[in-house]
Amino acid sequence: MSVDVQTVKRVARLARIAVSEDDAQRMTGELNAILGFVEQLNEVNVLGVEPMTSVTPMAMKKRQDVVTDGNKAADIVANAPATEEGFFLVPKVVE
Amino acid sequence: MTDLTRLTIAEARTKLRDKEFTATELTDAYLAAIDAANPSLNAYVAVTHDKARAMAKTSDAKLTKGEAGALEGIPLGIKDLFATEGVHTQAASHILDGFKPRYESTVTANLWADGAVMLGKLNMDEFAMGSSNETSYYGPVVNPWRANGSNKQLVPGGSSGGSAAAVSGFLCAGATATDTGGSIRQPAAFTGTVGIKPTYGRCSRWGTVAFASSLDQAGPIARDVRDAAILLKSMASVDAKDTTSVDRPIPDYEAAIGRPIKGMKVGIPKEYRMDGMPEEIEALWQKGIAWLKEAGAEIVDISLPHTKYALPAYYIVAPAEASSNLARYDGVRYGLRVPGKDIVEMYENTRAAGFGREVKRRIMIGTYVLSAGYYDAYYLQAQKVRTLIKKDFEDAFHAGVDVILTPATPSAAFGIADQDMNADPVKMYLNDIFTVTVNMAGLPGIAVPAGLDASGLPLGLQLIGRPFDEETLFQTAHVIEQAAGRFQPQKWW
Repeated sequence: MSVDVQTVKRVARLARIAVSEDDAQRMTGELNAILGFVEQLNEVNVLGVEPMTSVTPMAMKKRQDVVTDGNKAADIVANAPATEEGFFLVPKVVE
Repeated sequence: MTDLTRLTIAEARTKLRDKEFTATELTDAYLAAIDAANPSLNAYVAVTHDKARAMAKTSDAKLTKGEAGALEGIPLGIKDLFATEGVHTQAASHILDGFKPRYESTVTANLWADGAVMLGKLNMDEFAMGSSNETSYYGPVVNPWRANGSNKQLVPGGSSGGSAAAVSGFLCAGATATDTGGSIRQPAAFTGTVGIKPTYGRCSRWGTVAFASSLDQAGPIARDVRDAAILLKSMASVDAKDTTSVDRPIPDYEAAIGRPIKGMKVGIPKEYRMDGMPEEIEALWQKGIAWLKEAGAEIVDISLPHTKYALPAYYIVAPAEASSNLARYDGVRYGLRVPGKDIVEMYENTRAAGFGREVKRRIMIGTYVLSAGYYDAYYLQAQKVRTLIKKDFEDAFHAGVDVILTPATPSAAFGIADQDMNADPVKMYLNDIFTVTVNMAGLPGIAVPAGLDASGLPLGLQLIGRPFDEETLFQTAHVIEQAAGRFQPQKWW
């Protein structure tokens, strides 16, 4: 399988990365080189093979459903580019 | 006084306890070495002079009182991927501009609890994506090694290039690193250092910037096998904050060093003999086989038939997980924000400006292979192939093989801005051909220096072990180290 420039632009949109026309052209070639490389996986007979979900067989650890942390609002917003009164500030989402 | 930066961790540990020098003197020696060398090597992206001196002072007090921890007063460099409270943590990316976490990663917290001293944060490929340390926002790291009679700048490998260069160039006693496809072992091989990627689940991933969560694992880079064992003992832990952290006691890895390997079964996988592999790599491998045989090991030929599919499967699984993990960098909660006319344009502009080319490439591949209609063809197929890769290893271990010996890399260190590598991303990816299988199967792997190539550059061998059998890796790697000797670059910086 290979991708065209339109597909690259659509994927960039899904990934929320702005791309220029030049970027999209260049990425098309790069992505096709990688997709060409991974194509060989189709040679492998995977009939009846389970997809891997965990490298080490283990039961998911569960913890008590109790509050172990909190009261850290100032820490949480400390690194944000824009905040107001303990909230993250973003451009208007709803008109 | 001798140059304190030349001591191994084990040597410094003894001399600190014997009061031959203080932790403050040792730390000052490293800080001076960093200040002098970093303009040439670019191994550190942040040097924490004040914090290092304060930590050394605390260590000196503990040493005086006889309360020294396992790493008391030992100065370490920390890969920029580990969250360090109040200190530069950007995964060498522009998108985490100015990020100073309010918390400490479990791995680094373990090191500080054992008395280690932080010298600063080490350069790396952006988000650990790369094999040459050239994708860093902070520019490439220069390998302390040069070919005989040449001034050409070489890469230290990646993604833990800063860690490997700093250890090899005597800018820290040891370093933390991480390995998703070979990012500890390949740079260790390129710099004549020892690097171990432990079994998945041995070191907590909590507080380590995520790249590909099912593959990422932290480990040390050190000057010799013993130092690597000392560091891993402190880094590893059982951590309730990481659900994939394994609930097993941590052995005394250092105790495994020096144990005889007589009767040990060493597997030699024929699939690691690649077409076009340089003769020097083959010769090195044969030398390794001979050394282990001489020490009494039994050498057996084995087959790992799905080896060649590990790298293509990795280039689906790792980007897929990365595209999901890196979705969090959106200009809202931390780091860079580039404004746009609305929130979506703000996201898009921020991510376009904040991520470098290689990171964008991998996010794009990951987004594509996970997108509607392609999931089964790519991601599911790759995860099935991964099951087969792991089964290859399980079959070998069931047949009685204790450890597997392979080359660590297909070549020695290459030049910075290598034209072939830059023209074709797949060529760069091939650096990890011998290491990536280990991540796909979640196994432990160690790279140990084994010799120099014709131009005087270090080459490494890799040992692969059973899950959670790091002890056998240290034990066997030490035999190779004893036979091969240790390798140090000529100081030019």
